[in-house]
Amino acid sequence: MFSMYAEIIRIRFLTMLAYRVNYYSGIIVYSINIGAYYFLWNAIYGGQPSMGGLTSQQMVTYVAISWMARAFYFNNIDREMALDIKEGKVAIEMIRPYSYLTVKLMQGFGEGLFRLLFFSVPGMLLVSFIFPIQYPDSAATWSWYLFSLLMSFVINTQINLITGLLTFFFYNNEGIMRAKRVIVDLFSGLILPISFYPEWAQEILKYLPFQAISYLPGMIFTGAMKGEEIYSALLVQSTWVILLLLPAWMMWRYARKSIVIQGG
Amino acid sequence: MLRIEAKGLTKVFKSYNSRPGLAGAFRDLFNRQYRTMRAVDGIDLEIAPGEIVGYIGENGAGKSTTIKMLTGILMPTSGYLRVNGMDPHREREKFVRTIGVVFGQRSQLWWDIAVQESFTLLKKVYRLTDEEYKRHMGHVIEVLEIEELLTKPVRKLSLGQRMRCELAAALIHNPPLLFLDEPTIGLDVLVKLKIRDFLKEINRTYGTTILLTTHDLSDIEALSSRVVMLDSGKIIYDGGLNELRTTWGSEKRVMIEFTEPAEVEELERLTDTLPVTWQKENAVRFRALFGEEDVAVSDLLSRIISRYEVKDISIEAVSTEEIVRNIYQEGIVNV
Repeated sequence: MFSMYAEIIRIRFLTMLAYRVNYYSGIIVYSINIGAYYFLWNAIYGGQPSMGGLTSQQMVTYVAISWMARAFYFNNIDREMALDIKEGKVAIEMIRPYSYLTVKLMQGFGEGLFRLLFFSVPGMLLVSFIFPIQYPDSAATWSWYLFSLLMSFVINTQINLITGLLTFFFYNNEGIMRAKRVIVDLFSGLILPISFYPEWAQEILKYLPFQAISYLPGMIFTGAMKGEEIYSALLVQSTWVILLLLPAWMMWRYARKSIVIQGG
Repeated sequence: MLRIEAKGLTKVFKSYNSRPGLAGAFRDLFNRQYRTMRAVDGIDLEIAPGEIVGYIGENGAGKSTTIKMLTGILMPTSGYLRVNGMDPHREREKFVRTIGVVFGQRSQLWWDIAVQESFTLLKKVYRLTDEEYKRHMGHVIEVLEIEELLTKPVRKLSLGQRMRCELAAALIHNPPLLFLDEPTIGLDVLVKLKIRDFLKEINRTYGTTILLTTHDLSDIEALSSRVVMLDSGKIIYDGGLNELRTTWGSEKRVMIEFTEPAEVEELERLTDTLPVTWQKENAVRFRALFGEEDVAVSDLLSRIISRYEVKDISIEAVSTEEIVRNIYQEGIVNV
């Protein structure tokens, strides 16, 4: 069982290596993003010591770590599933003795792990030479952060699985997938930390799963959250991990019953 | 225990009609016209261990839908179904360990990576030990001659090479039941022969039961003694290939070439007491179709020889393909 998932992760590593250009272009795109946001936020702070609960130093760290974390939790599992379903490849997945959704999750994990090791870690080192990044000073914060990051991956992948499964019901959900991507980037706090949103928007976003993807781990890393706050953030994340299991599982069950294989 | 047992197996698809034009498309947004289609309509099928059964039918006859129900991909709308003693859809994960499937039009190997990486993953998926894998796959790889393809990525293989690898991948766990959905589509004769020989061999050595659908009836002639014929979701023939030939291919035909141009009317006049009809191929070549089996060719010849000089004669056998075509054209069920 475990060795099968390890193999799936390994295969994903190999697949990622087969497309080296993607890898190099990814590094450039992420560096540009971090650079652009660094200068943008510098201009916004304009000498003010603190905004939205973050000092300008914490802000730089937040931006850098958020983008690097995105490299880990981001995946195109929803697009792959949509393609599987549209081209009828899902038939092949169903003749294999494993759970399709778990396998997809593991493929996403393999992809994330690849980018974490060969992209985020060296990228972060590179960035810290250029910009003033403040790393967490205690081992405890580091381990809370890594745990939080793992959950942000699970939550984001669950959302992707749900989006992908929608293809069963709509046949073409290109629009939904695009909308989801923008919503996740915006509401997760990647582009703008949640504490910068107006009060009423913060109140709404508190009840959505997106903040658990980027904002919560980012705040733990920068040290803007401490003690009790960290625990409640982790609690929010784990609640979402459990809550999102249900719709994904139910949709898959329903899809399996009403499945129509496209193209013969 | 039967490998496959189906009673009244039915699959109904619901599809919608699109209304024509822009106004129609707009109306479709709010109110769709649904229509149901019985892709597989109450079929009964029993297949015993060790059989090789050919499953044939025109495009859209319901072959693929049947295969997808038998492999647990689709849930039957109604009917009883047991494959390897299990309900394929309900017990999917356990069930699929006991079958192998090849879809001729779909690859089950991972496109971007070397063939052997796919094999290693499948070995883990089916939880095979190194020893089991080596013993069985060593042989499969050797017979299918895919040793040197193993290190190549799947996308660089030719269709014939890929198909042999697909077959090996489907047999990695040595399943007792193998489904082949158009395994030889688009392959050249040599590869076809190799695949047929291989299938015969695994049937002989492991007693693997094989159900194959194909458009190429020579596949079935080479492999199976039993044919199941499907039309509009119903089984119209289930029995031996030889019976099919004797029942439907009994018509005797003789092609006769004369040394000089002949006339159909004249030939008909000469043979008017025999149950023979004539077809004109060209000025000197004519085909005699025998209405009854026990008319002697010599009788026919003796009558026309008096009028025309015969240069050459050949007796034509009816191919299975023609038989099947006739059955579909006439749409008969009285076998």
